[in-house]
Amino acid sequence: MAFQILVNIIIAVTWMFLQNSYTATSFLFGYIIGIIILFILRRFLVFNFYMNRVWAIIKLIMLFIIELIKANLDVIKIVLSPKLNNQPGIVAVETRLETNVEITLLAALISLTPGTVSMDFSSDGKTIYIHSIDVPDKEDMIEQIRNSFERAIMEVTK
Amino acid sequence: MNVNEISEFIAAVLMLAGSIMAVISAVGIIRFPDVYTRSHAGTKSSTLAVLLTLLGAFLYFAIAEAFVSVRLLLGILFVFLTAPVAGHLIIRAAYRAHVEMADITIEDELKEVISQKEEEKDQSHLR
Repeated sequence: MAFQILVNIIIAVTWMFLQNSYTATSFLFGYIIGIIILFILRRFLVFNFYMNRVWAIIKLIMLFIIELIKANLDVIKIVLSPKLNNQPGIVAVETRLETNVEITLLAALISLTPGTVSMDFSSDGKTIYIHSIDVPDKEDMIEQIRNSFERAIMEVTK
Repeated sequence: MNVNEISEFIAAVLMLAGSIMAVISAVGIIRFPDVYTRSHAGTKSSTLAVLLTLLGAFLYFAIAEAFVSVRLLLGILFVFLTAPVAGHLIIRAAYRAHVEMADITIEDELKEVISQKEEEKDQSHLR
Protein backbone atom coordinates (compact mmCIF):
# COMPACT_ATOMS: atom_id res chain seq x y z
CA MET A 1 0.00 0.00 0.00
CA ALA A 2 2.80 2.43 0.93
CA PHE A 3 4.54 1.64 -2.37
CA GLN A 4 1.41 2.46 -4.35
CA ILE A 5 1.01 5.80 -2.56
CA LEU A 6 4.65 6.58 -3.33
CA VAL A 7 4.13 5.76 -7.02
CA ASN A 8 1.06 7.96 -7.02
CA ILE A 9 2.98 10.89 -5.51
CA ILE A 10 5.78 10.44 -8.08
CA ILE A 11 3.18 10.57 -10.89
CA ALA A 12 1.75 13.77 -9.36
CA VAL A 13 5.21 15.37 -9.15
CA THR A 14 5.95 14.33 -12.75
CA TRP A 15 2.68 15.95 -13.78
CA MET A 16 3.79 19.15 -12.02
CA PHE A 17 7.11 19.07 -13.92
CA LEU A 18 5.28 18.56 -17.23
CA GLN A 19 2.92 21.45 -16.50
CA ASN A 20 5.78 23.65 -15.24
CA SER A 21 3.47 24.99 -12.53
CA TYR A 22 4.33 24.12 -8.95
CA THR A 23 1.10 24.74 -7.09
CA ALA A 24 -1.11 22.66 -4.82
CA THR A 25 -3.82 22.61 -7.49
CA SER A 26 -1.61 21.02 -10.12
CA PHE A 27 -0.34 18.51 -7.54
CA LEU A 28 -3.92 17.55 -6.72
CA PHE A 29 -4.75 17.25 -10.40
CA GLY A 30 -1.69 15.08 -11.01
CA TYR A 31 -2.60 12.96 -7.99
CA ILE A 32 -6.07 12.31 -9.41
CA ILE A 33 -4.51 11.37 -12.76
CA GLY A 34 -2.16 9.07 -10.83
CA ILE A 35 -5.16 7.38 -9.19
CA ILE A 36 -6.69 6.77 -12.63
CA ILE A 37 -3.39 5.37 -14.00
CA LEU A 38 -3.02 3.05 -10.98
CA PHE A 39 -6.63 1.95 -11.41
CA ILE A 40 -5.96 1.02 -15.05
CA LEU A 41 -2.73 -0.79 -14.11
CA ARG A 42 -4.16 -2.56 -11.04
CA ARG A 43 -3.66 -6.05 -12.50
CA PHE A 44 0.12 -5.58 -12.58
CA LEU A 45 0.39 -4.54 -8.94
CA VAL A 46 1.32 -7.08 -6.29
CA PHE A 47 -1.30 -5.84 -3.84
CA ASN A 48 -4.88 -4.77 -4.38
CA PHE A 49 -5.60 -1.30 -5.66
CA TYR A 50 -5.02 0.89 -2.60
CA MET A 51 -8.05 3.14 -3.10
CA ASN A 52 -10.16 0.15 -2.05
CA ARG A 53 -8.54 0.39 1.35
CA VAL A 54 -9.01 4.16 1.51
CA TRP A 55 -12.67 3.57 0.71
CA ALA A 56 -12.84 0.99 3.53
CA ILE A 57 -11.36 3.56 5.94
CA ILE A 58 -13.96 6.13 4.88
CA LYS A 59 -16.72 3.54 5.40
CA LEU A 60 -15.32 2.76 8.87
CA ILE A 61 -15.35 6.46 9.81
CA MET A 62 -18.94 6.86 8.60
CA LEU A 63 -20.01 3.77 10.57
CA PHE A 64 -18.22 5.17 13.60
CA ILE A 65 -19.96 8.57 13.43
CA ILE A 66 -23.38 6.94 13.05
CA GLU A 67 -22.70 4.62 16.00
CA LEU A 68 -21.48 7.55 18.13
CA ILE A 69 -24.71 9.47 17.57
CA LYS A 70 -26.79 6.34 18.26
CA ALA A 71 -24.77 5.74 21.45
CA ASN A 72 -25.49 9.22 22.74
CA LEU A 73 -29.20 8.97 22.00
CA ASP A 74 -29.10 5.72 23.96
CA VAL A 75 -27.35 7.32 26.95
CA ILE A 76 -29.77 10.28 26.90
CA LYS A 77 -32.72 7.88 26.91
CA ILE A 78 -31.38 5.99 29.93
CA VAL A 79 -30.24 9.08 31.87
CA LEU A 80 -33.46 11.02 31.43
CA SER A 81 -35.86 8.12 32.06
CA PRO A 82 -37.63 8.65 35.40
CA LYS A 83 -36.65 5.25 36.76
CA LEU A 84 -33.36 3.46 36.26
CA ASN A 85 -34.40 -0.05 35.27
CA ASN A 86 -31.40 -1.07 33.18
CA GLN A 87 -29.46 -4.19 34.08
CA PRO A 88 -25.71 -3.79 33.62
CA GLY A 89 -23.26 -6.65 33.35
CA ILE A 90 -19.94 -7.84 32.01
CA VAL A 91 -19.91 -9.91 28.84
CA ALA A 92 -16.98 -11.73 27.26
CA VAL A 93 -16.65 -11.33 23.50
CA GLU A 94 -14.35 -13.42 21.34
CA THR A 95 -12.57 -11.65 18.52
CA ARG A 96 -10.94 -12.91 15.35
CA LEU A 97 -8.62 -9.94 14.98
CA GLU A 98 -4.91 -10.61 15.41
CA THR A 99 -2.58 -7.62 15.53
CA ASN A 100 -2.46 -5.22 18.46
CA VAL A 101 -3.46 -2.22 16.36
CA GLU A 102 -6.65 -3.92 15.18
CA ILE A 103 -7.65 -5.01 18.67
CA THR A 104 -6.98 -1.56 20.13
CA LEU A 105 -9.08 0.00 17.39
CA LEU A 106 -11.90 -2.46 18.05
CA ALA A 107 -11.80 -1.74 21.81
CA ALA A 108 -11.90 2.03 21.22
CA LEU A 109 -14.83 1.64 18.84
CA ILE A 110 -16.66 -0.59 21.32
CA SER A 111 -16.18 2.07 23.99
CA LEU A 112 -18.01 4.57 21.81
CA THR A 113 -20.88 2.34 20.65
CA PRO A 114 -24.33 2.18 22.26
CA GLY A 115 -24.34 0.72 25.75
CA THR A 116 -20.87 -0.86 25.82
CA VAL A 117 -17.50 0.01 27.31
CA SER A 118 -14.49 -2.25 26.85
CA MET A 119 -13.09 -3.26 30.25
CA ASP A 120 -10.27 -5.74 29.96
CA PHE A 121 -8.46 -8.05 27.59
CA SER A 122 -7.63 -11.68 28.21
CA SER A 123 -3.91 -12.44 28.40
CA ASP A 124 -3.83 -14.00 24.92
CA GLY A 125 -5.64 -11.01 23.45
CA LYS A 126 -8.40 -13.15 21.93
CA THR A 127 -11.21 -12.03 24.22
CA ILE A 128 -12.44 -8.56 25.10
CA TYR A 129 -14.46 -8.12 28.29
CA ILE A 130 -17.20 -5.58 27.77
CA HIS A 131 -19.28 -3.79 30.36
CA SER A 132 -22.75 -3.50 28.90
CA ILE A 133 -25.31 -1.12 30.32
CA ASP A 134 -28.30 -3.35 29.56
CA VAL A 135 -27.58 -7.07 29.26
CA PRO A 136 -30.83 -9.00 28.55
CA ASP A 137 -32.06 -7.47 25.32
CA LYS A 138 -28.71 -6.16 24.15
CA GLU A 139 -26.62 -9.28 23.90
CA ASP A 140 -27.63 -10.24 20.38
CA MET A 141 -27.42 -6.65 19.25
CA ILE A 142 -23.90 -6.30 20.65
CA GLU A 143 -22.84 -9.37 18.71
CA GLN A 144 -24.29 -7.87 15.58
CA ILE A 145 -22.57 -4.50 16.06
CA ARG A 146 -19.32 -6.21 16.93
CA ASN A 147 -19.53 -8.25 13.74
CA SER A 148 -20.07 -5.15 11.64
CA PHE A 149 -17.17 -3.32 13.31
CA GLU A 150 -14.92 -6.36 13.15
CA ARG A 151 -15.67 -6.86 9.48
CA ALA A 152 -15.06 -3.18 8.73
CA ILE A 153 -11.69 -3.27 10.52
CA MET A 154 -10.71 -6.50 8.75
CA GLU A 155 -11.53 -4.89 5.42
CA VAL A 156 -9.17 -2.04 6.25
CA THR A 157 -6.22 -4.16 7.34
CA LYS A 158 -6.57 -7.31 5.23
CA MET B 1 -30.83 36.23 6.23
CA ASN B 2 -27.77 35.89 4.07
CA VAL B 3 -25.41 32.93 3.88
CA ASN B 4 -23.12 34.26 6.61
CA GLU B 5 -25.90 34.57 9.17
CA ILE B 6 -27.27 31.12 8.36
CA SER B 7 -23.89 29.48 8.82
CA GLU B 8 -23.28 31.39 12.05
CA PHE B 9 -26.67 30.13 13.21
CA ILE B 10 -25.58 26.55 12.45
CA ALA B 11 -22.40 27.10 14.48
CA ALA B 12 -24.47 28.44 17.40
CA VAL B 13 -26.81 25.45 17.25
CA LEU B 14 -23.83 23.06 17.29
CA MET B 15 -22.37 24.76 20.38
CA LEU B 16 -25.74 24.74 22.14
CA ALA B 17 -26.18 21.02 21.40
CA GLY B 18 -22.68 20.41 22.74
CA SER B 19 -23.40 22.15 26.02
CA ILE B 20 -26.70 20.29 26.41
CA MET B 21 -24.82 17.02 25.90
CA ALA B 22 -22.33 18.08 28.60
CA VAL B 23 -25.20 18.74 31.04
CA ILE B 24 -26.76 15.36 30.27
CA SER B 25 -23.42 13.68 30.81
CA ALA B 26 -23.10 15.39 34.21
CA VAL B 27 -26.63 14.33 35.19
CA GLY B 28 -25.75 10.80 34.17
CA ILE B 29 -22.67 10.81 36.37
CA ILE B 30 -24.84 11.82 39.34
CA ARG B 31 -27.71 9.42 38.65
CA PHE B 32 -25.95 6.16 37.80
CA PRO B 33 -25.27 3.80 40.71
CA ASP B 34 -21.66 2.64 40.25
CA VAL B 35 -18.32 3.43 38.59
CA TYR B 36 -18.93 1.19 35.61
CA THR B 37 -22.24 2.68 34.53
CA ARG B 38 -20.98 6.18 35.25
CA SER B 39 -18.13 5.62 32.82
CA HIS B 40 -20.75 5.10 30.10
CA ALA B 41 -22.03 8.63 30.62
CA GLY B 42 -18.50 9.92 31.14
CA THR B 43 -16.88 8.56 27.98
CA LYS B 44 -19.61 8.78 25.34
CA SER B 45 -21.58 11.90 26.12
CA SER B 46 -18.67 14.14 27.03
CA THR B 47 -16.79 13.04 23.89
CA LEU B 48 -19.69 14.10 21.71
CA ALA B 49 -20.11 17.30 23.77
CA VAL B 50 -16.50 18.33 23.18
CA LEU B 51 -16.78 17.38 19.51
CA LEU B 52 -19.88 19.50 18.93
CA THR B 53 -18.57 22.52 20.85
CA LEU B 54 -15.20 22.55 19.11
CA LEU B 55 -16.83 22.00 15.71
CA GLY B 56 -19.15 24.94 16.38
CA ALA B 57 -16.22 27.17 17.38
CA PHE B 58 -14.31 26.05 14.27
CA LEU B 59 -17.24 26.89 11.99
CA TYR B 60 -17.79 30.26 13.66
CA PHE B 61 -14.18 31.40 13.28
CA ALA B 62 -13.98 30.00 9.74
CA ILE B 63 -17.05 31.95 8.61
CA ALA B 64 -17.19 35.11 10.71
CA GLU B 65 -13.48 35.89 10.80
CA ALA B 66 -12.27 33.84 7.81
CA PHE B 67 -9.74 32.17 10.11
CA VAL B 68 -9.27 28.42 9.67
CA SER B 69 -8.01 27.11 12.98
CA VAL B 70 -6.32 23.74 12.52
CA ARG B 71 -5.72 23.57 16.28
CA LEU B 72 -9.45 23.07 16.88
CA LEU B 73 -9.53 20.17 14.41
CA LEU B 74 -6.46 18.65 16.08
CA GLY B 75 -8.21 19.09 19.44
CA ILE B 76 -11.19 17.09 18.18
CA LEU B 77 -8.85 14.37 16.90
CA PHE B 78 -6.92 14.13 20.19
CA VAL B 79 -10.07 13.98 22.31
CA PHE B 80 -11.33 11.18 20.10
CA LEU B 81 -8.10 9.25 20.46
CA THR B 82 -7.78 9.64 24.23
CA ALA B 83 -11.30 9.62 25.72
CA PRO B 84 -12.11 5.91 25.15
CA VAL B 85 -8.66 4.86 26.36
CA ALA B 86 -9.03 6.92 29.54
CA GLY B 87 -12.46 5.41 30.26
CA HIS B 88 -11.10 1.93 29.61
CA LEU B 89 -8.14 2.39 31.97
CA ILE B 90 -10.24 3.89 34.78
CA ILE B 91 -12.81 1.10 34.89
CA ARG B 92 -10.13 -1.53 34.43
CA ALA B 93 -8.26 -0.16 37.44
CA ALA B 94 -11.54 0.04 39.38
CA TYR B 95 -12.33 -3.61 38.65
CA ARG B 96 -8.86 -4.77 39.65
CA ALA B 97 -9.16 -2.79 42.91
CA HIS B 98 -12.37 -4.77 43.69
CA VAL B 99 -14.76 -1.85 43.49
CA GLU B 100 -18.28 -3.18 44.11
CA MET B 101 -20.72 -3.30 41.24
CA ALA B 102 -24.27 -2.01 41.63
CA ASP B 103 -27.01 -4.33 42.96
CA ILE B 104 -28.83 -4.32 39.65
CA THR B 105 -25.85 -5.99 37.96
CA ILE B 106 -26.88 -9.40 36.68
CA GLU B 107 -23.88 -10.83 34.91
CA ASP B 108 -20.14 -10.98 35.51
CA GLU B 109 -18.01 -13.11 33.22
CA LEU B 110 -14.73 -11.47 34.20
CA LYS B 111 -14.81 -12.53 37.88
CA GLU B 112 -13.53 -16.09 37.41
CA VAL B 113 -10.69 -15.00 35.16
CA ILE B 114 -9.44 -12.36 37.58
CA SER B 115 -9.70 -14.59 40.66
CA GLN B 116 -7.88 -17.39 38.84
CA LYS B 117 -5.11 -15.00 37.92
CA GLU B 118 -4.80 -13.79 41.52
CA GLU B 119 -4.60 -17.35 42.84
CA GLU B 120 -1.77 -18.11 40.47
CA LYS B 121 0.04 -15.02 41.63
CA ASP B 122 -0.38 -16.00 45.30
CA GLN B 123 1.00 -19.47 44.63
CA SER B 124 4.03 -18.12 42.84
CA HIS B 125 4.62 -15.87 45.86
CA LEU B 126 4.52 -18.85 48.23
CA ARG B 127 7.04 -20.73 46.16
